[in-house]
Amino acid sequence: MPEAIAIAQARDAVAAKPAGEVSGLTYQAGGRFLIDSINLRIPGDGITVLMGPNGAGKSLLLRLMHGLLEATAGTVRWHGRGLDDDVRRQQAMVFQRPVLLRRSVAANIRFVLKLRGRSSDQQVEQILDEVGLGGRAAQPARLLSGGEQQRLTLARALVTEPKVLFLDEPTASLDPTSTAAIETIVRRASERGTKIIFVTHDLGQAHRLADDVVFLNGGRVAEHSPAATFFDAPASQAAADYLAGRLVLR
Amino acid sequence: MFKPLTAMMTSLTLVGTLLAAPAFAADKSILLQSTTSTANSGLYDYILPIFTDKTGIRVNVVAVGTGQAIKNAQNGDGDVLLVHAKSAEEKFVAEGYGVARFDVMYNDFIIVGPPSDPAGIAGSSDAVAAMKKIAASNSLFASRGDNSGTHKKEKSLWKAASVDTTAVSGNWYRETGSGMGATLNAAVGMGAYALTDRGTWISFKNKGDYKIVVEGDDNLFNQYGVILVNPSKHSHVKKAEGQAFIDWVLGDEGQSAIASYKLNGQQLFFPNAKH
Amino acid sequence: MQDFSHAFTLAFGLVLTADADLLEIIALSLQVSLTAVLAACVIGLPLGTLVAVGRFRGRAAVVILLNALMGLPPVVVGLLIYLLLSNAGPLGWLRLLYTPEAMIIAQTVLITPIIAALSREVIEQLHQEYAEQFRSLSVPRAAAAAALLWDARYSLLTVALAGFGRAVAEVGAVIIVGGNIDHLTRVMTTAIALETSKGDLALALALGIVLITIALSVNAAVMALRLTATRYAYA
Repeated sequence: MPEAIAIAQARDAVAAKPAGEVSGLTYQAGGRFLIDSINLRIPGDGITVLMGPNGAGKSLLLRLMHGLLEATAGTVRWHGRGLDDDVRRQQAMVFQRPVLLRRSVAANIRFVLKLRGRSSDQQVEQILDEVGLGGRAAQPARLLSGGEQQRLTLARALVTEPKVLFLDEPTASLDPTSTAAIETIVRRASERGTKIIFVTHDLGQAHRLADDVVFLNGGRVAEHSPAATFFDAPASQAAADYLAGRLVLR
Repeated sequence: MFKPLTAMMTSLTLVGTLLAAPAFAADKSILLQSTTSTANSGLYDYILPIFTDKTGIRVNVVAVGTGQAIKNAQNGDGDVLLVHAKSAEEKFVAEGYGVARFDVMYNDFIIVGPPSDPAGIAGSSDAVAAMKKIAASNSLFASRGDNSGTHKKEKSLWKAASVDTTAVSGNWYRETGSGMGATLNAAVGMGAYALTDRGTWISFKNKGDYKIVVEGDDNLFNQYGVILVNPSKHSHVKKAEGQAFIDWVLGDEGQSAIASYKLNGQQLFFPNAKH
Repeated sequence: MQDFSHAFTLAFGLVLTADADLLEIIALSLQVSLTAVLAACVIGLPLGTLVAVGRFRGRAAVVILLNALMGLPPVVVGLLIYLLLSNAGPLGWLRLLYTPEAMIIAQTVLITPIIAALSREVIEQLHQEYAEQFRSLSVPRAAAAAALLWDARYSLLTVALAGFGRAVAEVGAVIIVGGNIDHLTRVMTTAIALETSKGDLALALALGIVLITIALSVNAAVMALRLTATRYAYA
C-alpha cells in the first residue's frame, strides 16, 4: 500500500466527527516554511497527541491552532467556526514553563474567573481541591514546586471550562510523581468532555494518553492515526524511525 | 482584593487634596522681591517680625539678584520691590511697573581680598584706582556676573577705571553668575578679589583669612530703594498691605528698627528715608 | 577640614533638639516631593504601561523621548514652570507662583518622565513573560495593563523611589518657582543653597547630612518592603 493512501485512510478513521479542521495551514518565517500547508481533522473527543522530532513544528502548530500566532496562509476552524474571540475564549493552554501571576494561588484562579465574568470562592476552592492544591490557596503561587505550579496552571485553564485544552509539553521538566498527577488531571478533563491536544516528545507519555497521534516532521504531517495503529504499525517511515529510536532525517 | 483602578482614583483624590491643602495658605501676606544681600545679612529676620506683630501682615521674601527681582516684579510676581540699583529702579517706575521709588537705607560696598594682596591695594580708599591696579597686575577678580545691583556697581567702577572686562573674562576676570555668597565662596576658594556689600561680608561665615582691602570711597555708597509694584499694571497686587509695609519701613519705627540691627556689634544698614 | 566634624556635630545637634525650623523644612520637603512622586506616578505609570504594551506608530520615538526627558535639567523645568505660573504668564491667574503647589508641579514635571521611562522598562519586561499566557486567556488590553501594573508593584516601588530621590534632591526648579521663602517654600535643598551662599558651610553640610539620612531611611524602608516581597516571589 502506498504510504500516502495509508495516511489518508488513517486520517479518515480518526476524524469522522471533527472538532477542529486545519486546512492549508502555512507559517513562514525568515524565508522558511516552518509549517507547510498542513491539513488536519482533529477528532471531537479524546486526547490528540502531537509528536515529532525537535524542530518538527509541534509547538508552532499548537499556537496556530489556538490563535496565538497568525498563519501566513490557511485556516483553522473549531466546531465549524473560525478563530474568533468567542471560540478562543472557550479554549485554554498550558505552557511548558508555567506562567503564574505574582500573587497567591487563589488569586491566580480568581484572575481568570473574573475575566470570564464569574467569581466565586467556592469555585476556587473546588478547582484547587481537584488538582490537589486544596489548602494552599493563600500561598504565593511562585513559591510552589514546579509540579505544583503546573497543576495550578492546569487548574487555571480548567476553571474556565474550556471546550479545547492545548498543552505544550507540560511535564517536560517534571519528576514522575508530578507527571503522573498532571496526566491524571488531563485524563479526567478529557473524560468530562474537554478536547485535549497534547504536545509531547515522551513516547511513554504518548502511549499512556493518546487516543490518536499526529506525527509531524519538517513542518508537515507525516502521519495521523489512531494510537493503536500508530504505535503498532506506523504508516510513515518518519514515524517508524522515531518509534524505533532512530534519528528522523527529513 | 486590591483594585488598581480604585487605587488610582484614590491617588488622584489624594493628590487633589494635598494640592488644595489649606496649610499652605497664609492669612494676610505680601510678597517682597528683594536681594540676597539684604536677606542673607539677617536684616529681614530682625525687622519683619516687628512689622508682622504690629499689622498682622506676613512678609514673604524672595531673595534673588536685583536684576531678577526687578524682572520678577515686572511680571507681577510680587507686591513690593526692595533692591539696590537706583537707575534700574527709576527705569522700573518710569515704565509704569512701579508706583514710586523711595530711598530707604544704605550701606556701602567694599573690596575684599587675600592677605597676600597681589595688586597691592590694601588700605586704599580709592576704589577706581584699586580696580586699575587689579587689572594692571592681572590679579584674580571674582565678579557676580548676574546683573545684580552689586554687579551693576562693579561694572560702573570698571568703566570709571577704563578697564574692558569682556576681553579678559575667563582670564583673571572670573564671572561666577551667582549670588553674593556664592561669589564670595568662589573668591575665597581661588584667591580672588571681590566687590561685596558690607552687610553680606559681616554676616558671611566663610571668610577664611580674607580682609577688607578697600573701603570708605564715596563711589562705594550703596543705596536701597523701595517700590510698590503698580496695581494698575497687575491688578492682584496687594496695594493696601504693600503700602502699609512701605509706610512702616519709611516711618520712624521701621527706620529705627533698621538702625538697631547689629551683627557682631556692627550696624549693617543705615536708614536714610526722607521725611 | 574642621568643617566636617563641625557639620556632623551640628547635624546631630539639630536632629536631637528637634529644631522647629528644621522640622518644618523637612516636613515641607517630604510633603512636596512625596506629593510630586504620587502625581508623577498617577501620570507616569499609565503612560509607561501604555508605551510598554501598546503597538502604535512612533512608539520607538516616544521611548527615545521619554528616556531623553529623564535628563531634564531642573533649572529648565523651573524656568518653564515659572514662565507659565508667573502673573505675566498664561497660568498666572492660578496664583500659584511662590507656593508649595508650584514646587509640586515643577517636581512632577521633572520626574514624570523618569517614572514613565523606568516603568515602561519594568512593565515591558513583565509583559514579555505574561504576553502569551494573556493572549491565550484572551485578557482584554485594559485588564492586562492593570494586571501588569499590579504584578510589577514592587519593582515599580523602586521606580517611584528613583523619582523621589531626584525630586527631593533637586534645587534648581524649586528655588525658582518656590522662591525659598522662609516658613512657606523653604525646603531642604533651598535651605542648603541659602546657607552655602551665606558662607555657613558647616550648617549647609549639616542640613545635607540630614537630607541624606532621610533619603537613606526612605530607601531602606522601601527596600525592606521589596525584600519581603521577593521572599514571597511577588517581586
